[in-house]
Amino acid sequence: MIRASTIKTLKIDDRDFSARHDETILDVARQNGIFIPKICDLKGLSPVGACRLCLVEVKGSNRLLPACSTLVEEGMEVTTTTERLQRYRRNILELLFTERNHVCSVCVSNGHCELQTLAQKLDITHVHFRYRYPNLDVDASHDRFSVDHNRCILCSRCVRVCDEIEGAHTWDFMGRGIESLVITDLAEPWGTSETCTGCGKCVHVCPTGALFEKGKSVAEMLKRREFLPYLTQMREEHS
Amino acid sequence: MSKLRLATVWLDGCSGCHMSFLDLDERLLAVAEKADLVYSPLVDQKEFPAGVDIALVEGAVSSEDDLHKIQVVRARTRILVSLGDCAVTANVPSMRNKFPLQMSLDRAYKENVTLDPGTPTQGVPALLEKVRPIHEVVPVDVFIPGCPPSADTIFYAVSELLEGRSPDLSPRTRFGA
Repeated sequence: MIRASTIKTLKIDDRDFSARHDETILDVARQNGIFIPKICDLKGLSPVGACRLCLVEVKGSNRLLPACSTLVEEGMEVTTTTERLQRYRRNILELLFTERNHVCSVCVSNGHCELQTLAQKLDITHVHFRYRYPNLDVDASHDRFSVDHNRCILCSRCVRVCDEIEGAHTWDFMGRGIESLVITDLAEPWGTSETCTGCGKCVHVCPTGALFEKGKSVAEMLKRREFLPYLTQMREEHS
Repeated sequence: MSKLRLATVWLDGCSGCHMSFLDLDERLLAVAEKADLVYSPLVDQKEFPAGVDIALVEGAVSSEDDLHKIQVVRARTRILVSLGDCAVTANVPSMRNKFPLQMSLDRAYKENVTLDPGTPTQGVPALLEKVRPIHEVVPVDVFIPGCPPSADTIFYAVSELLEGRSPDLSPRTRFGA
C-alpha cells in the first residue's frame, strides 16, 4: 500500500533538506550523517524523548525540542550543535553517571556501551557532580539473563521492545523520578515471570550493561541490534 | 633549562596505573631528560617535597591517610593530574560506598575470618565512610580516565604537560579504557 505523503523542506545547521512529513528531525539528521547524540532512541522502536540528549534549537521556538520525537515542518530551521546544547548534553550524561553505580572497568559492556562511548564523544573526562552511590540490586533469577540496576539509565528501550516488538509487556517501570526502576511483571523476580518469553530482545537493545546474558565477563557482552528495523519493516509489510 | 619536578602518588588504587607508567619503557628516558622524579612509590623519598611541577596521582581517596596526602600534594603542586579511573571516578574502590563502612569492615575482618576476628586499628589509617574521586576533595587540573590509561596515553599527556601544553585526552582514552 502506498501511503500519501507530503514533502517538507527544512534547514538543519544551515543545510537544505527535504523529508517526508512523518519523519523526525533525528531521522533526517541520521540519513544525512549529522551527528545528534541520543541514548533512549533506537531505530525500530517508538520515540519517547526521555533522555533529552537529542535536544536541538528550532528557530521560533523558545524551548529546546527533542529531535527524536519532533516531526519536520515546512521552513523549519534547526541547529544541532551550539555551546549551550553541548553543555546541557554533557550535564545530562554526567548526571546519568552519578545517579547509579557505573563502574566501566568491571562492566560486561565495557568497550561496547553507548553511555561510555557517548561520554567520550562529548569530551567528558570526569564528572562535575557528586556521585550518589545508591544501593541497588542485581536480579539474577532468570536462567539466561540478569538485570543489574546499578547500570540502568531508565531509557525504556527494554520496556518498549518487549511491548512493541515481542508483544509480551513483561517490562515496565516502578516508582518515580530518581527512584524509578525497571521491573518484570508486578516487580517479581525475572526468573519467575509468567509473561517473559525468554526471547532476549530486551538484553540486546539495552544501551549499557544493565541487561546482560549470564556467563559473560568484563567487556564480553556484545549486543546485536540490527534485527530491530527488519522486524518492524517485515511486520508493516505483512499487516 | 632546569628540569621540571615530576611526582607520582599512589592512593587507593591497584598500582595498575603505575605499572602502565612503567610501561613507557625506553620513553622513561625521554621523560627523565625533561624532568626529575622527585617523589614516587618508585623512588626512595619519604616526604612529598615542595615546589612540584606535575603530580600524577593514582587512586581514589579512601582513608584518612589518602585525605591528608592529597591535601599536601595539592598544596605543593602546580599541576595535579588525576591518573586513571580510581582517581577520576573512584571506580572499583567506590563499590563499597553503597554499604555502610562498618558492614564492609565486618565482612572483611570478622565474617570471613577464623583467627582473631576484629577490625584492625593499629598501624593502618582509618577508612573514610565514602570513597571519593580526587576532584571531590581538592581541585584537579588534568583528568586522564582509563583503567589503566595506556602507556601511550600517559606518555602523550606527560609530554604535553612537560612542554607546557594542555593535553586533549578524550580522543585517546575513556572511562574503563
